[in-house]
This record gives sequence, structure tokens and C-alpha cells, in this order.
Amino acid sequence: MSRLPAGGRIDRTRPLTFTYDGVEYSGHGGDTLASALLANGVHAVTRSLKHGRPRGIVSAGVEEPNALVQVGAEPMLTATTVELYDGLDATGLRGKGRLEPVSGVNDKMYAHCDVLVVGAGPAGLAAALAAGRADARVVLMDEQSELGGSLLGTGELAEWVSTAAAELAALPEVRVLPRTTVFGYYDHNYLLAVERRTVHLGGGAPVRTSRQRLWHVRARQVVLATGAHERPLVFAGNDRPGIMLAGAARTYVNRYGVLPGQHAVVFTTNDSAYGAAIDLAAAGAAVTVVDARADTPGVWRRRCEERGIEVLAGQVVVGTSGAERVSRAHVAPVDGSGPRHGLVCDVLLVSGGWNPAVHLFSQSRGVLRYDEALATFAPGRSVQAQQVAGAVAGAFTLAGCLSGGADAGAEAARSAGFEPGAAAALPDVDDPPVTPPRPLWLVPAEEWDAHFVDLQRDVTVADVFRATCTGMRSVEHVKRYTTIGTAHDQGKTSGLNAIGVIARALGGSVGDYGTTTFRPPYTPVSFAALAGRERGRLHDPVRVTSIDPWHAAHGAIWENVGQWRRPRYYPAPGEDLETAVMRECAAAREGVAMMDASTLGKIDVQGPDAAEFLDRVYTNLMSSLAVGSCRYGLMCKVDGMLFDDGVAMRLAPDRFVTTTTTGNAAAVLEWLEEWLQTEWPDLRVHCTSVTEHWATVAVVGPGSRAVVGAVAPDLDVSNAAFPFMTWRDTTAAGVPARVARISFSGELAYEINVPSWYGLAVWEAVHARGAMPYGTETMHVLRAEKGYPIVGQDTDGTVTPQDLGMGWAVSKKKPDFLGKRSFSRPDTARTDRKQLVGLLPVDPAALLPEGAQLVGAPDSVAMLGHVTSSYRSAALGRTFALALLAGGRERIGETVHAPLGDRVIAATVTTSVLYDKEGTRRDG
Amino acid sequence: MLLISCPWCGEREETEFHYGGQAHVPYPADPFALSDAEWARYVFQRDNPKGPFAERWTHAAGCRRWFNVVRDTVTHEILATYRAGEPRPVIA
Repeated sequence: MSRLPAGGRIDRTRPLTFTYDGVEYSGHGGDTLASALLANGVHAVTRSLKHGRPRGIVSAGVEEPNALVQVGAEPMLTATTVELYDGLDATGLRGKGRLEPVSGVNDKMYAHCDVLVVGAGPAGLAAALAAGRADARVVLMDEQSELGGSLLGTGELAEWVSTAAAELAALPEVRVLPRTTVFGYYDHNYLLAVERRTVHLGGGAPVRTSRQRLWHVRARQVVLATGAHERPLVFAGNDRPGIMLAGAARTYVNRYGVLPGQHAVVFTTNDSAYGAAIDLAAAGAAVTVVDARADTPGVWRRRCEERGIEVLAGQVVVGTSGAERVSRAHVAPVDGSGPRHGLVCDVLLVSGGWNPAVHLFSQSRGVLRYDEALATFAPGRSVQAQQVAGAVAGAFTLAGCLSGGADAGAEAARSAGFEPGAAAALPDVDDPPVTPPRPLWLVPAEEWDAHFVDLQRDVTVADVFRATCTGMRSVEHVKRYTTIGTAHDQGKTSGLNAIGVIARALGGSVGDYGTTTFRPPYTPVSFAALAGRERGRLHDPVRVTSIDPWHAAHGAIWENVGQWRRPRYYPAPGEDLETAVMRECAAAREGVAMMDASTLGKIDVQGPDAAEFLDRVYTNLMSSLAVGSCRYGLMCKVDGMLFDDGVAMRLAPDRFVTTTTTGNAAAVLEWLEEWLQTEWPDLRVHCTSVTEHWATVAVVGPGSRAVVGAVAPDLDVSNAAFPFMTWRDTTAAGVPARVARISFSGELAYEINVPSWYGLAVWEAVHARGAMPYGTETMHVLRAEKGYPIVGQDTDGTVTPQDLGMGWAVSKKKPDFLGKRSFSRPDTARTDRKQLVGLLPVDPAALLPEGAQLVGAPDSVAMLGHVTSSYRSAALGRTFALALLAGGRERIGETVHAPLGDRVIAATVTTSVLYDKEGTRRDG
Repeated sequence: MLLISCPWCGEREETEFHYGGQAHVPYPADPFALSDAEWARYVFQRDNPKGPFAERWTHAAGCRRWFNVVRDTVTHEILATYRAGEPRPVIA
């Protein structure tokens, strides 16, 4: 066992049992899976992706490249961030895992604050205190389970951390969220964070609390105190289990009471690893320091002497031995001036310096600068309203973190409009003088295929050299060629080392190469957390009409049209789609049928200039429409392409109700408002959506006159009194109704409009008189038989009214309307444009697939057009289709072919109107 | 996500708005007085500057008003918002 007899922040009164790769172990409350494994002497936790090499725990945080685990249903977790709970069952992952459905709810929160502080280490705590004391509304988020950041690992200032935490908890405008990772930093100080609420509790989690919570935060000011990640060193055999970051080893000793090894070699290029050496020695390990610098720091050298730690100056680790765990570090002078010798060890701690965690800063589009002294990239100019403090700002002394944090917090509060009081005293700290680090991007060698740069992707220096030898110069290219930095950790430990290796290969400064792009998320976020409760039924709103319960009770098969749920057909027992639609079509053509048309968009257009306005937006002349009449109209964009169609009813000289296609209602209203507000503010017109105010029952077929007459006894339904394309106010089924003679099938037909509340009652009254309900599929067949196009199905934004053969709906009288000028553009005026035609397959049973491409000769590859609608027709006794075909109207009578891979369907081109070309059925 | 100050409603999240392209591109007084090339320029061509850009937005999920925004296309900083019909403010 490697657990120290005392010390650490774990709860020794709370023993926990867990399994890893099927073996049972014990740990304590406050452990991570990684610390508990190390306490049990387990270093090798996975095998590497490509080469199958044993790999161990490298870090103590989110930067972990190796220790990927699956815990229960959730894969791709890092052992270093999984909090231990009783009964935890984890397996090591070689590469990706497998996601199983996870039970439990995730939810979302939206927060606004004056100051968001990211990171609760010394800088973040000082910043939150300074801003909080100024009465600013502060949110402090930190990814770890408790506040303190790096102090938890070094064991310093524990008392100050708990005092600060208590003060923050007492400040009424401060909200502290541990276990909350800010993973995305977007425009205008909009940040996303995920809070782990119960995932760390395992089976003991309260059922009624969400597992994770996604925070959307908008902050006036942001303080980034995100700390730094330690950089590994690149040398031969640097991937063996037992080789870990020096700071991580120190964290395992101080925070978790775990001594990762008895015989430690510490290989460093900077001062920070000496703290680890001292702490491991104090915990009982035999320690040797290998410092690449000839000039080692005096203070630390003396402290090492006191502890009996040997310091080898100007030396580097040039190789390692050991099968499942490092057993020996081979050391030689960095300048190659002497022979190598082996040091026996069971852990090899490495420190190549520290990289500021600039991820969020860079996501916010802040500009990075290369700091030659620190040999790393650090924040330069900020683009957003933010402060940067502590190690992420390049401050690597404790005093610098504390004062920088306090200053940043005060400045953030001031910028947000709060006056900070006198600065409160910060704890006294005694930082030893700093000896400059010695940047060492790779340890010299003859061979490069065991110098690992990216442990998770199994990429070596040899791989990087292979990329640069092929001529790649950009870090972005090398990244994609080698896959460095593309794993779950996004290169937190490998990114800068890769740039250093590239610079070594190609010459120049590391700073000249720049970094790859930092993108959200900072650490992996589960899709379940992002989705929250917006799953299944709640993924997208479902709009239903007031008649919907009837459809459901009568076995309707649904079709979603936009957000609307509409009946597609109503199968009788034993019927499939085809037989049901044949029956429904026959009823509409031969008897009487009914459809719920409530979903059509409806816009009430009012004002003295309403007629003038509609003249400008429709291709038709609407101002000549008489009160009491209706007119079908087309709307085009200014490019002359059809945008929507519908019917305008004139209710009064200054009032119209227009309909839109079901899916386009919001877009049409926005389009009308755009022109009214931006181009024609002088027009006295107001538009209001009344889609949901009205329920509409379409009654269709030769028998419809009798049914409507019976339902609306006050209405004179004779053709003379109530002709086609007129509307009448009356009473239907006892409620006020507006009935219009509009037909989308070519048959005698009525649309009964009533306030939504009465929709179901009127529907039932019509049904009781023998009308057969039909759905959208039958509606499509009926309208297609008549060649009525559906905007968005038979058109696609490249089709003019003339292309559809609807030039009759384009006014010749109006001097201008939206789209008119474009009709005479050379391209729009071409006669060989794709035009809407009908197709009759030569084999009357062959059904053309919608979307099928059309060619002339069967073996031709020149595409002439495509099938837009295709059905079986009861009325025609055969299949038919509509198509957009180049020069289509000139091709009537010709044969075209649809090559479908395994077969070719031949079809005769015909006019788009296939049924009742003379229009004799319209008036019954 | 942008934070856009609607001139009628105040600051709201970008998801409440729809984008409407370049502002201050008036519908030609007489489209038929324009050559095909001039008309095509109005219909199809818009500026795409790097830097401040006057553009239209509509508060689709709010007051439904169209208005104008001057946004820096590099930094996404919103330099001004103003009502439709008002002149583009001078940005220092």
C-alpha cells in the first residue's frame, strides 16, 4: 500500500470499495479513482492506442492523457477527475469506450452576473473576494470538488482557503459553484459551464436532483484564473507507468495522502519540481533530482541537502527501463560530455515547465503572446471584457497569484460599476527567488521512436519529423497529419511540446509557429448534459389543432409538417397507406370528404393602405378584389423566385386575411414586416398572425354542398348566391363561422372557419353528415392531379411563377411588385428553364420515386430535371408524377427516363394538369 | 452568443433575433430604370467588410421590429443599434 499513515484531505473515516478492471480495491471519501488506484500501488491503468504499451497515471487533473476509463454506462472519463464512491465499477479504456443510455435527468440554468470568476485557486479566490466585497454580483466556478485550486496540491495556505470560502459563502451576492467546469467562452462574455451535481455520488445519488446542470452565464466582466498545466518532458521511454508530472505527484502526497513511489527520480528544467522532491522526501521516499540546468537554484539545493536529496546538475534522463512500471532512469550530461548511468526508481517525476491554461482566453479570441522567459504562450491582448490573473497570466509565484487575483477582482468590479473598498490584507507568503528555467523541447538521442509527444494518440518525435520531412510547416497541418492533440485531452500536455519539436526540426523560435486553435469544450461534455430535458417529446414543440384529439381517437397516422402534427391518413382496419389513400381520394372525387386545414398560416392585414401593400408583395392585383371575395396569390422574393402562395380574403376595404403555407407562416409574416418597417414605413398597415385563432374544416367533393348546407342552414349554398372564390359569414353547427369557396382539389369545396374553440364541434357536425376524413397524403394526390404545386415540394427557391405555368397569376397591370423586375433578367427570361410538367410512366403501375433525376435517352447522363411529386391516382387509374424539366412545356409528348440504378422508368411528358382539365367539377 | 440591444426592448440574447443582411440598401426608386447589371447588383451583391458593418436584424421572438446594428465583423463588438429609418451613426 502507498497510502500514507496520516495527512491529506481524504476522509479516513469513510472507507469505500471499488473495482477496477474487475479487481476489488478500497479507497476513501475524497479520493479520485486515480488517487485510490495509486494508493493501492496501481500505476499501469491502460494500454496505449496504437502500440499497446502499458500506460500509467500521468497527472492529477483534467490534463490527464492516459488514464481513460469507463465508469458504468459512461465512457471517456479520466480517472484523475472521477470522484470515488462506494461500489464504483470502472474499466480502463484503450482508446474510445462505449456509451450506454444513462438514466437520470440533466437540466439547465441561466445566470447573469457582474463578475464571473473562473477558477478558485489563489488568484480566483482573491479575485472573488475583492469583487464580492465591492458588492458586485459574483459567480465563482471551479472544476474541482473543493476550493483551493493548486493550493490543494501543494498544501499551502489551507487555513486561508477555508476562511476565504467561508467569507464568500456569507456574501449575499456571491454564488460559489464547485464541480463546475467552464468549458466554452463565446461572444459578449457568454460562457457555458457544466456542474456535476450528483454524478460523483454513484448509487447513493438523490433521485430528484439532476445529475448535471448546464449553466449559461452572461457576465459583465470575466476574471480568468484558470491556472496552468505542467508540461511533460520528451525523452526516450518517457511513457512508462510510474512516469508522472512532478506537480501531480506532489498533489497525490499532499491532497490524497498517497506516496506514488518509494524511490523517486525528479527530472526537471525549472524550480517548481523541487517542491515535489521535498514533499516526497518528507513523506518517506528516497529522492534524486536531475536538473537540466547547470546552474541549479541555491535555496532549493540547500533544502535538498537538508533532506538528503542528491541534485544532479546539468543532467538529463536519456532513457528508462521497466516493463509494467519504470524501474530505472538512465541519466547523462545534457551536453553529451559524459557516460550515462542508471538510477533505480519506481517513479520518475518530470517537469518541463508550465503552460498557462489559455484555453478559455483563446476561445474568447484573446491574442496569445510567446513568453521567451517562461518558454510558453501566455495571454496577450484581451478582446472581451475580461481580466486575467494568476498562473494563466504567467504569474508563477504564490504572492503574484494572490495580488494579481485581488487586483483583477477589484478591476472587474470597478468596470462593472462597483467601487471596491480598501484592499483587504492578503496572506503573507514567502516565495523563494526564481532561477530561470531551461527550455528543453526534446532530450537529444539517436533514435526518436520512443520519445512520446502525445501519449493518448501514441505519437512520437519520429512521427512529427515524418510530417515536417513531407514539407509541412504549419502546426495545424502537423496536428492533423500526426493526430497530435486530437484526443479527449485536446493536447493539454502535448500541444506545446509538439510545437517545440517542430521548431527543433525546422529552426526558428517556438513563438514563430504559434499554437493550434483552442476550441470549446475545454474538457469533454456529455451530449446528455447539453441536451438537458430537451429530449424525446420535449426536443421540439409539437403544435396540434383543436381537432387533434379526434384524429388521435380515430387512428390517424401522423405526419409532421414544420412543428405541426397532422393526420397523414386514416387507415380502416387492414388498410395500408396506399389502400387508405385510394379510398379517401375516391370519396373526395365521388362523394364528400373532409380535412383539418387549421394549420394553414393566417395573417390579418389591416389598415387604410392594406390593399396597396398587398399589391406590392403579391404578384397578383389584390386591390381590385371585392369585399366578400377571395383570390389566390403568389409571393416572390426580389429575385423573382416563388416564396409562398395562399389565398387573400377581403373582409373590408381596409382589411384582408391572407393564408400562407403551413410551414412558412412565420417566415411570411417576417417578410411582410420587413418591407413594411424598412421600405414602406409610410404605409398605414398592421399585420398580425391569427393562425391559431381559427380552426378550418375543408369539406370537399360533389356532395359537399349538401353537407355544408345542412351544417350551416342559414347559408344559401347555391352556386349563384355563393360562387367560387367568395366567402360568407354565417353560423355553422350553431357557432359563428366564415365559410369560403376555396378548392385545393379541383372539386366543389368549402372551407369552414370557426374560432379554434369550436373546431372540434364543427368537425364532428360535418362528420356526422357523412363526410369521410382524409389526411395530407390524399390532399397531396388530389392537388397533384390538378397540377397545383406545393411551395417547397415542387419548388425550391429557383422557380418562378412562369416556370410553374402560373403566369396567369402575375399581374401585367401593376407597375411594380416584389420580383417583377427580375422576371425580365436574361436568366429568368430563358425559355429552356426548368418548368413544371406532368409525367405519366409508360408502365402505368410504375411509381417514380420523388427526387429521381430525369434524362432524355435511357443511357444519357445529361440531367434534364427531377421528379418533385409522385403518386398513385384513383381518379386516373394509374401512377403519375410532377417534375421540373428543362424546357418542359416544349417536351410535352416526349419520353424521358429516370435511371434508378437497378432499373430505368420511362415516362411520357404531359401538361401538369392531369385531371378535369376543363375545370368542370369546381362548381359541383 | 451575441447580446443585442433592441432599440425597443433593450438587451436580449441573439437567439431572439433573426439576421437580415446589410442595412441601408434601399429598394430602387424605379427598378425598370436600371440595367440588368444594376438590378442584379441590388438583388445579389452585398458588402462583406472586415470591420464595422451596418446590418439589419429583426427581434423575431420579441417585438418583431426590424432595426439596424453596426457590428464589427472581426470582434463581433456591437458599436451601435438604432431604429429602422434612422441614419447610420458616426462611429468614432
